Amino acid sequence: MYNIYLYILVMAGVTYLIRVLPLTLIQKEIKNCTLRSFLFYVPYVTLAVMTFPAILSATGSILSALIGFIIALVLAYRGADLFKVSVGACLTVFIIELFL
Amino acid sequence: MELNKSWYIKGLQDGIPISLGYLAVSFTLGIAAKNAGLLPMQATLMSLLNNTSAGEFAALGLISSQASYLEMAITQLIINLRYCLMSCSLSQKLDPKASLFHRFVIGFDVTDEVFGVSISVKGKLNPFYTYGLMSMSIPGWALGTCLGVVSGNILPRRILNAMGVALYGMFIAVIVPPAKKNKVLCGLIIVSMFASLLFTYLPVLKKIPSGFQIIILTVVIAGVAAVLFPLKAENTEE
Repeated sequence: MYNIYLYILVMAGVTYLIRVLPLTLIQKEIKNCTLRSFLFYVPYVTLAVMTFPAILSATGSILSALIGFIIALVLAYRGADLFKVSVGACLTVFIIELFL
Repeated sequence: MELNKSWYIKGLQDGIPISLGYLAVSFTLGIAAKNAGLLPMQATLMSLLNNTSAGEFAALGLISSQASYLEMAITQLIINLRYCLMSCSLSQKLDPKASLFHRFVIGFDVTDEVFGVSISVKGKLNPFYTYGLMSMSIPGWALGTCLGVVSGNILPRRILNAMGVALYGMFIAVIVPPAKKNKVLCGLIIVSMFASLLFTYLPVLKKIPSGFQIIILTVVIAGVAAVLFPLKAENTEE
């Protein structure tokens, strides 16, 4: 049986080290181009992988989720901030599900 | 001393929109935490200590599937690797006179949003500005998580369904704007989503635990992209 507090400590420890080590140890910029490029691409790949297709099963129906997903893409593309994109997607799902 | 105080107050002000955004998003995280079987105190503690939406979100999946501690550590390492790059960038932006103590404290809350706002300051970064941001955003994140767990089953099904996409909406808001200006990123996001679709539904691939699916896809796709499309200098800051 796994312990939830131990999970939390493992997460917090790893995440803190990732954040604090560069700030405290590495004073110079990373020079290796491939490594820099890899680190630059990581968040986009990870977040894209996590968002789709998982978002399709996050609501009551695939249709409402799909339309919410598309609206979020449009809002983000048009430069809406994090809060507006997030709330816009939620409102879209809410309205669509009223009609289902 | 007076200067530090005014930077702190400015940070508090700029932290308000971050905090409000966090409140909405972490509420969904709280709901997910409840579904994964976490108590309100456990979920709040997780948010207080981690401050990472994607990381915590993935962690909940791992916790409910009873993944190993090693799988948890590797997943957090891979998902949160971007903070490493942000910290590198922040170390150049930070006032060189900032003590080791300041660096240890700032390192606690290098999130997409706190980093983004910290780096937008003109000239060198005064640590007290980031402390102001942290003072607003950390309680927002933790409180939202707590409320999500506690009130999760008070809210009607319709509201819960709607809130279900909040976190994904936030991810989209993080990845889309930079992709608008960068065709490689745009292609990368499309390839990633398609690959993720394959891993979710194809017979053999779907057996791989979701935590390792994220690790495999990220390392392979970002790795290939790094070799095929290496960045020009000065292009790593978002």
